[in-house]
Amino acid sequence: MLEIKGLHVKVAGKEILKGIDLSIQPGEVHAIMGPNGSGKTTLAQVLAGRVTYEVTGGTARFEGKDLLAMKPEDRAREGVFMAFQYPVEIPGVSNAYFLKAALNAIRKYRGQDEIDAMDFVTLVQDKAKLLGLDETFMKRGLNEGFSGGEKKKNEVFQMAVLEPKFCVLDETDSGLDIDALRLVANGINAMRSPKRAMLVVTHYQRLLDYVVPDVVHVLVDGKIVKSGDADLARNLEKHGYGWILEEAPRPAPARP
Amino acid sequence: MVSKTVIQEQMAKQEYKYGFVTDVEMETVPKGLNEDVIRLISGKKNEPEWMLDWRLRAYRHWLTMKEPKWSNVRYPPINYQDIIYYAAPKPKKPVKSLEDVDPEIRALYAKLGIPLQEQERLAGVAVDAVLDSVSVATTFKDRLAELGIIFCSFSDAVREHPDLVRKYLGTVVPFNDNFFAGLNSAVFSDGSFAYVPPGVRCPMELSTYFRINAQDTGQFERTLIIADDGAYVSYLEGCTAPIRDTNQLHAAVVELIALDNAEIKYSTIQNWYPGDKQGKGGIYNFVTKRGKALGVNSKVSWTQVETGSAITWKYPSCILQGDNSQGEFYSVAVVNNYQQADTGTKMLHIGKNTRSTIISKGISAGYGRNTYRGRVHIHKGATGARNYSQCDSLLLGSTCAAFTFPDIVVQDPTAQMEHEASTSKIGDEQLFYCQTRGITPEDATNMIVNGFCKQVFLKLPMEFAVEAQKLIGVSLALEGTVG
Ligand SMILES: Nc1ncnc2c1ncn2[C@@H]1O[C@H](COP(=O)(O)OP(=O)(O)O)[C@@H](O)[C@H]1O
Ligand SMILES: [Mg+2]
Repeated sequence: MLEIKGLHVKVAGKEILKGIDLSIQPGEVHAIMGPNGSGKTTLAQVLAGRVTYEVTGGTARFEGKDLLAMKPEDRAREGVFMAFQYPVEIPGVSNAYFLKAALNAIRKYRGQDEIDAMDFVTLVQDKAKLLGLDETFMKRGLNEGFSGGEKKKNEVFQMAVLEPKFCVLDETDSGLDIDALRLVANGINAMRSPKRAMLVVTHYQRLLDYVVPDVVHVLVDGKIVKSGDADLARNLEKHGYGWILEEAPRPAPARP
Repeated sequence: MVSKTVIQEQMAKQEYKYGFVTDVEMETVPKGLNEDVIRLISGKKNEPEWMLDWRLRAYRHWLTMKEPKWSNVRYPPINYQDIIYYAAPKPKKPVKSLEDVDPEIRALYAKLGIPLQEQERLAGVAVDAVLDSVSVATTFKDRLAELGIIFCSFSDAVREHPDLVRKYLGTVVPFNDNFFAGLNSAVFSDGSFAYVPPGVRCPMELSTYFRINAQDTGQFERTLIIADDGAYVSYLEGCTAPIRDTNQLHAAVVELIALDNAEIKYSTIQNWYPGDKQGKGGIYNFVTKRGKALGVNSKVSWTQVETGSAITWKYPSCILQGDNSQGEFYSVAVVNNYQQADTGTKMLHIGKNTRSTIISKGISAGYGRNTYRGRVHIHKGATGARNYSQCDSLLLGSTCAAFTFPDIVVQDPTAQMEHEASTSKIGDEQLFYCQTRGITPEDATNMIVNGFCKQVFLKLPMEFAVEAQKLIGVSLALEGTVG
């Protein structure tokens, strides 16, 4: 589904990603872990199409198509979704209005009609329940004055409504209390399907207790230095990142 | 940075679709201004002696006045002798009914989407169409007359309803009020007049459509609307002009008078030619609009969507004289490229328990400069007065500017004042966020702008709200489809 080869990325003239190889098949959940500043958000943003991140080498193919050549909105329409680490606020545009515009833009691209108003309400209510969001939520300005937890829930909520094929979740667990973490994890797990793949970026192990990944990659200084199964995440939690650097200074193969 | 360039690209695509010129044979007076020109204008309109006297008094006073310099707009000096003060389409035969209107002119209004045929009109809107200096057609006149409502051109009103005109003309905006009002009082050529008798609720929107067509002319229309005791009227004004690379002056005066328990709602969609991308040409829109809530429980409400003109200088205001009277000002002002707007309102609280609401939304793009200037004055004795003001600015890109000059004078200790202000910017991050959800930057900008203007759009009659929304999209050169 997603094939990344030798991806190099610069930000503000500085090389951040130094050759990333990653292959993700439908149905798989991959986790990317790594210390602060290692380049996790950079990878997520590059996949979503943020141009402040300059690709200096390598390729990324999504379902065989050249992802890096697509405009961000076309990536979304093709089925790529990124949950932001820091979602922005858009005052005056309601959540409901925004989400409907997004859904219809994607539907139009796929040659479908605009969603019926009643169907939209039903869809939104179902998904909101899943994440424990109340009705007033939809009428509020997009992320306007939301708490950190609400913003993160909103990202997963949008993902649930838009039903992308490939989801990148950038530290969706950070800033959540334990109840919110459970709701968010449930939301993510409900989306797992044999047709959908996910890339879960996280700094800590705790989300992975709920959303158990098929593959875990460790990103250090812009390179994947080790890949393994869910146990790798637990070891990291126990021992920190230091031992990996000593044990495996060379990039490990992308698949276990 | 991506979306900065995206925004700037969008902004540069400015398109003005009303910029065509119509070839109509015109009758004009010689360029320049003096007493003879005023006599000539008055004579062409068969005006009574009192009207000419008033004009001449205004002119003599105007000669002693100086052009105001306090506003936050910049423009080269205007040569008042280089303007044609009167231009009227030459009638091919005397206009007695709508069918007699010159087909060229009818075609012009059809092109603007304003058919003059009554049966083709939008249900519920009566239109007075003013081309350059004169009113060319007023629709639904007869139906309104059955209710005792007078809706006609200002010239007709001077001749046919002199008592009403004399009683109210200049009572809200006297000719010595300001430089541009003085000029207008001397040379005004036409405009609309409406009178709604006691207890009558005007059943349709009254509307005037102003169009500047001729070159080198100024447009100086005058509108007078009176709502008698317990009457209600909603009035709508629209305006366009051809694309010309010289600046043209538009100096209008609007006076509203609401008597006891009466309400006047005045909406404007101002779309005069704004000039080109380099700031060449465009209309100088120097307008004095004021309403007097004279009676008890009366209400004057202004709603404006200002997207056009090279320069806008305009402060639709309310004199809240009657006890319990109310004033409202809802405004969206858009500037793009090199447009400048200095607009806002004055709320003068004189009566007891008077209330006013100010909602101002300024949108700036390109190299535009957008200024909100407001004054709320609670006079001594205006006990229990209340004001709520909200001034929001939205910036697109980083080369535009927004200013706010709210001025508050409170002379009565019982006044309750509330003021809120905000400035926000459509940033790269917001646009990118929308893109990652499948929404193009154009649609995203449109969506954010509409969200920003919503409070004001809700005040417009439905079909005009849709029109206003589209117009703002065009002004900002957004060709989006979200709506
Ligand atoms: N816009 C930017 N300008 C300059 N440096 C940046 C920018 N974005 C990220 N960086 C730098 O890139 C590196 C990786 O950042 P990031 O991808 O956010 O890491 P992570 O998400 O793993 O914490 C950091 O050193 C960070 O300071
Ligand atoms: Mg990060």
